[in-house]
Amino acid sequence: MTSAPDAPEQGFRLSQLIYDTRYRSLTIQAIVFILVMGGAAWLVDNVIQNLNDLGKDFNFSFLGQRAGYDIGNAIIPYNNDMSHGRALLVGLINTLWVSFLGCVAATIIGVVVGVLRLSKNWLVARLMTVYVEVFRNIPVLLWILVAIALLTDVAPSPNAYKVNQQTGEAQASMLLDSVAFTNRYTAIPSVHFDRSLGSLDTALAPISLNFLALVIVLIASIWVNKRMLTHAAKVQEATGVRPTMWWKSALILVAPVVILAFALGINPEEPQIKGFNFTGGTNVSNSFVALWLGLSLYTAAFIAEIVRAGILAISKGQTEAAFALGLRANRTMSLVILPQALRVIIPPLISQYLNLTKNSSLAIAVGYLELRGTLGGITLNQTGRELEAITLMMLIYLAISLSISGVMNVYNNRVKLKER
Amino acid sequence: MKKSVFFGALTAATLTAGLAGAATLDDVKSRGELICGVNTGLVGFAAPDANGNWSGFDVAVCQAVAAAVLGDPSKVKYVPTSGQTRFTALGSGEVDLLARNTTWTFSRDTDLKLQFTATNYYDGQGFMVRKDSGVTSAKELDGASICIQTGTTTELNLADYFKANNMSYQPITVDSNAEGEQQFLAGACDAYTTDASGLAATRAAFANPADYVILPEIISKEPLAPAVRQGDDQWTDIVRWTIFALIGAEEYGVTSANIDELAKGTDNPEVNRLLGTEGDLGAMIGLDKDWAVKAIKANGNYGEIFAATIGEQTPIGLARGLNAQWTQGGLMYAPPFR
Repeated sequence: MTSAPDAPEQGFRLSQLIYDTRYRSLTIQAIVFILVMGGAAWLVDNVIQNLNDLGKDFNFSFLGQRAGYDIGNAIIPYNNDMSHGRALLVGLINTLWVSFLGCVAATIIGVVVGVLRLSKNWLVARLMTVYVEVFRNIPVLLWILVAIALLTDVAPSPNAYKVNQQTGEAQASMLLDSVAFTNRYTAIPSVHFDRSLGSLDTALAPISLNFLALVIVLIASIWVNKRMLTHAAKVQEATGVRPTMWWKSALILVAPVVILAFALGINPEEPQIKGFNFTGGTNVSNSFVALWLGLSLYTAAFIAEIVRAGILAISKGQTEAAFALGLRANRTMSLVILPQALRVIIPPLISQYLNLTKNSSLAIAVGYLELRGTLGGITLNQTGRELEAITLMMLIYLAISLSISGVMNVYNNRVKLKER
Repeated sequence: MKKSVFFGALTAATLTAGLAGAATLDDVKSRGELICGVNTGLVGFAAPDANGNWSGFDVAVCQAVAAAVLGDPSKVKYVPTSGQTRFTALGSGEVDLLARNTTWTFSRDTDLKLQFTATNYYDGQGFMVRKDSGVTSAKELDGASICIQTGTTTELNLADYFKANNMSYQPITVDSNAEGEQQFLAGACDAYTTDASGLAATRAAFANPADYVILPEIISKEPLAPAVRQGDDQWTDIVRWTIFALIGAEEYGVTSANIDELAKGTDNPEVNRLLGTEGDLGAMIGLDKDWAVKAIKANGNYGEIFAATIGEQTPIGLARGLNAQWTQGGLMYAPPFR
């Protein structure tokens, strides 16, 4: 009985790092890693050296200094006595606001277009194809510029709404006496309460208690409605007959809010031309609308393609089965196809949301001051803190992107196909 | 992949390395060309013509410096910079000199590490409105929408002025003079504000200049001065004294017409020192003996440049005002050449 000879025992030789395929890849990775780190260290050292030579330092104390400039469309209270940090916050909130509204609009348009592009109606399907191809193939900056050019050229200046002293008439009249389109902004009525519950001072912005009360009541109504529907489902399971719910739901959702609103004396405050501009209502600036439209329409074209791909990924058998059960086409789409398509749609959709948010920095082209305009524009320029401002801006955009994809991944995990 | 990224970064780093500390004069000489940061386009101050040739009041500074250093006023590369990009362009070494309607302020001089050479235009911020708006004073602008170039001192002055007068306004931020002009003409703002000289230059380019008025209020001091990077004293001296040479030449009556005659020697020792026939001032700043002669020959003395680019005979039509020689009651004053 002879045992098979073992492989010759050999010690580890240094040359194996190069000639032995087991180690070679590791060697290469280690070398590349060292080179990359060395390069990075050299770059950082270079920056420090150059800053030293220029006599500059790296600190963020400028964020506490008085900003001294005004921002046209601040959502939270802001004036030029506040700090650069506050201006940063104003810009950040503007970025988040336009991105949020953009994502909502792009999703709605995208889903509708994506579904309609698969329509059996030749005309509808072709129109949607044209929309997708046109918007997808032209840079988003151009769409934003087209939107602002249209808004500026089509509407009259606020001056046109003034009553002429001689003729007693104005050149332009407001829509329903409450909305005025101008080449700068759209003046819309704002909400005014006759009786105020006061306001709650928070660090960010004062919150009207009236508004807060309405929101709380609405949330409570929705919660009660949900309980009622659960109860109805139980009754249906027990007896086979579903109690009539629609009017109860409508009542519980609408009545409390309306009653409270009237109790607080709600009424619209209509914009009026006074001096150069409209006052009283809310002025929605054209730069904001142009940016929002441009971003939404552009991203919607991509979302439409994603939705179409998602729907096409579902086997035709699913539709046939649904039809065989007697479901109509629209119910088949909303109950059978779309829910399954979502698991294909969500991951690429996350990328589109991220793109839209990053593209919002193109606002600089239309003078809408978001993060890039405040921190990366005026603050950077007035303080000369390029490196700090750009670093901060990169970190903020990174944080926003990671948050969006984090939230969307949670949602994705909830809707994706669960295999048991 | 990893490697290409690394080498890309390495190349980028090599390009940016070695900026700081190097003498700008040597760079300019070895390059054979002066890189000058100018406005993106403001008629009279710096604007390219149909053939791409730059001309204007600020451009004349670039040309005078190029002539003094390289002996040829045409050896200039113009880099258009916006209000936002100008200081980065200078600080990063992209340009050797910034001759671009830039206001000399404390924080720019100290914190931004710029070195302002010499004021070549004393200006102040004004407002322009449409004539049919009926506005005759800046005090009537309460509630107005105002177009303002971002990243400028005018942006801060505007906020201060309205605050001091207890008025409100809606800022419409624009990136360049061209954009401000377009927004103002389109009616997106009731008033356009920038330096009074800039307003005059902008208005001169309008189809109907008479339909617009520049309001009488001047709300700030805006000493416009060409700037260089801090830390290169020799280069600062060269640019500063080239500008003073132009200003001094006007005071002493040295013009592009008589300079060849005067350069042979005159009775006035100051003129002789300026033009290099006595002593050697040029060597003290690392230039040729006749550096000032070349600089003045480029476009004439300060007064000649002013008259040719933005003066009353041009469409821009600016009076000398504060920018007259000190001997004429103005502020233009070159220190002695000795």
